[in-house]
Parts: sequence; structure tokens; C-alpha cells
Amino acid sequence: MQDFGAAFGLAFGLILSGDADLAEIVMLSLQVSLSAVAVACMIGLPIGAAAAVYRFPGRAALVVFMNTMMGLPPVVAGLLVYLMLSNAGPLGGLGLLYTATAMIIVQTVLVTPIIAALARQLIADLHTEYDEQLRSLGLRGIRTIATLLWDGRYSLLTVALAGFGRAVAEVGAVIIVGGNINHATRVMTTTIALETSKGDLGLALALGIILIGLSVLVNGGVLALRATAVRSAYA
Amino acid sequence: MPDATAGFAEQALDVRRPSAILPLEARNLVFEAGGRRLIDGIDLRLDAGCRTVVMGPNGAGKSLLLRLLHGLIEPSAGSVLWQGKPADRTVRRRQAMVFQRPVLLRRSVSANMHHALRANGFSRQEARDRARDWLAYAGLSGFADQPARVLSGGEQQRLAVARALSLGPEVLFLDEPTASLDPASTLGIEEIIQKAAASGTKIVLITHDIGQARRIADEVVFLYRGRVEAFDQALCFFDAPGSAKARAFIEGRIVL
Repeated sequence: MQDFGAAFGLAFGLILSGDADLAEIVMLSLQVSLSAVAVACMIGLPIGAAAAVYRFPGRAALVVFMNTMMGLPPVVAGLLVYLMLSNAGPLGGLGLLYTATAMIIVQTVLVTPIIAALARQLIADLHTEYDEQLRSLGLRGIRTIATLLWDGRYSLLTVALAGFGRAVAEVGAVIIVGGNINHATRVMTTTIALETSKGDLGLALALGIILIGLSVLVNGGVLALRATAVRSAYA
Repeated sequence: MPDATAGFAEQALDVRRPSAILPLEARNLVFEAGGRRLIDGIDLRLDAGCRTVVMGPNGAGKSLLLRLLHGLIEPSAGSVLWQGKPADRTVRRRQAMVFQRPVLLRRSVSANMHHALRANGFSRQEARDRARDWLAYAGLSGFADQPARVLSGGEQQRLAVARALSLGPEVLFLDEPTASLDPASTLGIEEIIQKAAASGTKIVLITHDIGQARRIADEVVFLYRGRVEAFDQALCFFDAPGSAKARAFIEGRIVL
């Protein structure tokens, strides 16, 4: 076990030297989580908006389901995706288990309910404000949803950010379906878990610092964007 | 107010068009909510060619009536008929509404116009041209690229009226469009409304402002507790109201 100061020293050394392994892990993490958030937005935003705008049988049940799924334990999600992708599972033939794609799938499963549920609330509020005007202009259905999604774009960025936060910090699910294979499916969180268990705190700390830095960067960026939008009355 | 580039809007407003959807009739119109009858069996016929002002104390059902006529809400009973038929897609496209608080999208001024025009089937090019001309007509050309929500209250309402008129409606419903505006902004809106009326657009306007009603109205519908208490030509209504409640309202006495 390294002492605390040495671990920090090693961590900053790895970051400042642009260590290739470190960069590879960070890039894979970003690739997996950003892909998952993008897919989750493509699925979750229309679902959330539809639940906000349409009145249909089972709508309340859908909302309850989305809210419940927001708290889905990652290891359970990992297990379910594992069962689907394993050789005995219905999607086993695709050979996706222990690949980055499997990690994107499981993160998408975790993030989509968050994006759908938060988007539903946000779009519902906007819909209350716009409803009569849009109907007066002759807008119905999908065109109403498109208008609401576009006009809520800055607030929805915050929703996407919440999804990214969940995805990039996740460890239990991606380790089940990704396997934490070196140079293949090793991401920041799984590496931190592995290196910590091995007592190699330098790399773990370096990744932890980058993880926090990324979080600050993304949060700060979205906050700045939103503040600009509010100042310009676009939010 | 209109500037030199408002060509299309000026032309559109200079043409008096025959109405293809009026008269508008409410037949035994009823609207109930929470066990209360808020619109109580209204029978009304609004013809083309005159400006109708709807008045009445708070809670009389004026805004509800406008929303029922415009088709934003469904009546509990009775019907709204356009040339004797329920509103279809064509009829819905030939009417527009301006609300007391303008609802503007979180977009630029021109994007607000463009969105409404595109939603009503205008091509990209037509929408661009119409938006430009109507913004010029409303004196808002200089604000085209600004976010709509940073405009002043008067400018926002002018934008809302220009947006509604740019669709070429035969009937324009206005729900207290100048309620929170200063006198200059009010006159600006009234000027646009009067020009639209002169071009043949049927105006149905709610106002509490008796001065405005006198300036605009050809006929007045006075509502009281969800019923039509008086419906008369404007001169008759203001000079010799046939209803004691309408007289009390005009004289500024409280109508409970």
C-alpha cells in the first residue's frame, strides 16, 4: 500500500505525463457514456414528451414505471443485460457480451428512465404554458412535441447532464457486462475499483481526479450555457 | 406604425375578402366545471363584416366563451357552428386567437412568426416573406433577430397580433389583448386590429376597457354569469343599454 502523498504524486504524474493507458481508459469511458446518453436521449426524450402531452390509457402506469426505473439498482440492470447477451440469452448470438457495446446498452438501460422521467416533468410544465397557443396555431401531436422539445432544449441539456452523471459514475453494471478487460472494456470506474483492490492507488486516484474534473467541466459548461440562455430569454 | 417594407401585409390588409366560414353560431352553448355552469345556454350569431366586442364583469364567462367559439375547449352541451356546420380542419385554419398574456416561444421574434406560418402549411419561402412583411407592418423589423421574450409587453403583444394576422385568418379572437399595456401600446394594437377589421377580418374582442369598446365595437355582447345579458349594436348598447346590469357596468358601478 502506497502512502497517501505518494499516491497523489503518482496520480498527478500520470495525468501530467499524458500516460497512454490512462488516456485510453478515459477515452473509452467518455465514448461509452456519451454514446449511452445520446441513445438514451433519442429514446427517453420522445417518451417523456409523449407522456407529458398525450392522454392515453396506462399513462399513469407509465409515469410510475419511469419514476421507479430511475432508482433501478445498476447491478440488477447489469444482470438483466447479461442474461440477454449471454450465450444462452435471446441476444447471445450477437456476441456483444464483454464489449464496449454491451456497456453502452447497460448504461442506456440505466439512463433512459432518468432522462424520460425528468423530461416528462419539464415538458409537462412547458406544455401547460404553450398548450392553448399551440392548439390555436393548429399544432397537434408530434408537431407539438417537436416544438416543446426544441423550446425546452436548454433545460433538457441539464436532464442529459443528469443522465451523463449517472452513466459515467456507474460501476456495478458495466463490470458485469463489460468484464473490465484491459484495453477492451476497462473504464474509469472499473479501473478505480480494480486498482484500489490491488492497492495501486496512483492510477485509481488519477482516474478519480479526472472523473471529478470531468464532472465539474460538464456541469460548469451546462450551467454557463443555461445562464446564457436565461439571460437571452431562450430558457 | 407600419414601415416601408410591410408590402405584403399592407396588401393583405387592403383586400376585403368575402367570408367563407361565417356566420358563427353558438346554439344553447353550455360549459360546466366543478359542478358549476359557467356558460349557461348561450345562443349567439356573429356575422361577417362587423367588429364584435364581448364585455362583462369578471367571472361572466367571456374568456370561456371565446375559447369555446375558437374550439380550444369542448362544450358540455350545445354546439358551435360555422355556416351551420361544426368546425372542420379548414374552418380551424381560418381563425386565430390572441391571448391576454402573449405566449411566445423561446425563440427569436422572426422564428416565432416562422414557426406559426410553417405550422399552417406555408412553404419555407412564403413563411420567410410573410414573417418579414408582417414584422415590418407591426413595426418590429428591428427586433427580428432578438429573443421574443426580451421585448416589452407592448411589443410582445404586437408580435402576437402580427403572428395571428400573418396566418390570414377570417376570424380573429382577441382575449383582452391590451389589458396590461400602456395607452400608447394599446393604441398601437388597436390600430392593427382596426386595419385588419377594415380588410374584412372578423374581430371578436374581449375588453374591460369601455373606451376601447367604444372605439372598436360595431356590436356588443354583454355577458353576465354565463348568459348573454345584452347583445346590441354598439351605439344602442352604449347610449341606451337594454339591461340594467349592462347600464351599471358602463357607468362603472359594481355588477355582482
